[in-house]
Amino acid sequence: MTAPPPDPVRPEFLTAFHAIEGDKRVFFQRWYNDQIPHNAALGTSIVDVSEGRCSMRLEWAAHLVGDIATGILAGGPITVLLDSCCGLAVATRLRDVAAFATLDLRIDYARPAVPGKPVIAEAECYRITSNVAFTRAIAHQGDPEVLVAAAAGTFMLGTRGRSVTAMQGPAGEGPSP
Amino acid sequence: MMLLEAVRIARDLREPARMVEAIPYAQWMGIAPEITTGEFLTRMRYQPRNIGNPSVPALHGGTIGALLEMAAVLHLLWDSESIALPKIVNITVDYLRPGRPLDTLAKTTVTRQGRRVVNAEVSAWQEDRAKPVASAQVHFLVTPPDDPA
Repeated sequence: MTAPPPDPVRPEFLTAFHAIEGDKRVFFQRWYNDQIPHNAALGTSIVDVSEGRCSMRLEWAAHLVGDIATGILAGGPITVLLDSCCGLAVATRLRDVAAFATLDLRIDYARPAVPGKPVIAEAECYRITSNVAFTRAIAHQGDPEVLVAAAAGTFMLGTRGRSVTAMQGPAGEGPSP
Repeated sequence: MMLLEAVRIARDLREPARMVEAIPYAQWMGIAPEITTGEFLTRMRYQPRNIGNPSVPALHGGTIGALLEMAAVLHLLWDSESIALPKIVNITVDYLRPGRPLDTLAKTTVTRQGRRVVNAEVSAWQEDRAKPVASAQVHFLVTPPDDPA
């Protein structure tokens, strides 16, 4: 068993992220698969990552289908993909040691995903403050003009990974950028 | 089995969980509806692969969003007068508390049932219903099968 990759809330994560020149996908892929069990179970993978931006991919699979008669993916896997992709876009912009948690996530389902084809998500963290990170994302199947879904996600920063009360506080009070 | 057929069987038998026989994703996620308390609730059983942050540990936020959405779909399938597949337009999820490694329950309230659009609110909790882990507003298009609009 290999050593676990650093937790993104720890300084070594940032040191490692900024130390990597060029392709950071391997680093993030390892973190995402080893540290986030549900992403590994779902079978997401990193397509591309750079500071403030991230792209992820979800393979079509029979067990992710929402209606056995059509083979169309359920909304849930796309929700998970977009949430993860937005979160990863935030992670690339963290400057300080800070856990973060999704505050809200809105998803517009533009059209059903074509069965059998992977879904690509592209997310951008377009603004980050000391408390809040704002993201937007799209999901498509190869042509970014033909959207499967569009999303907007807000994340609270500085939540404490191990402390439930600390995570509840900021979320309950709402954003205060 | 087609979903609408599964819904018909579930309604005839008064066994809402039969609906997920046609929804592979719900089965994989451990999501199923129940009416054991008399009210229609949807449960997501805890399973380790739904964890998003092992150090807390906390459920992946996306799985809670998936539960809220699936709960609303199942509620509409169970409750609507005519059988029609609701098409989700959008969902907005508010994350209120970390989801702990426990079963999560969801309750849907239809706030407006229009001819074409249904507005629904969904709340999800774990041990204490007064302390929801997340809530969502969901819009669905409902089109009768014989009306291809």
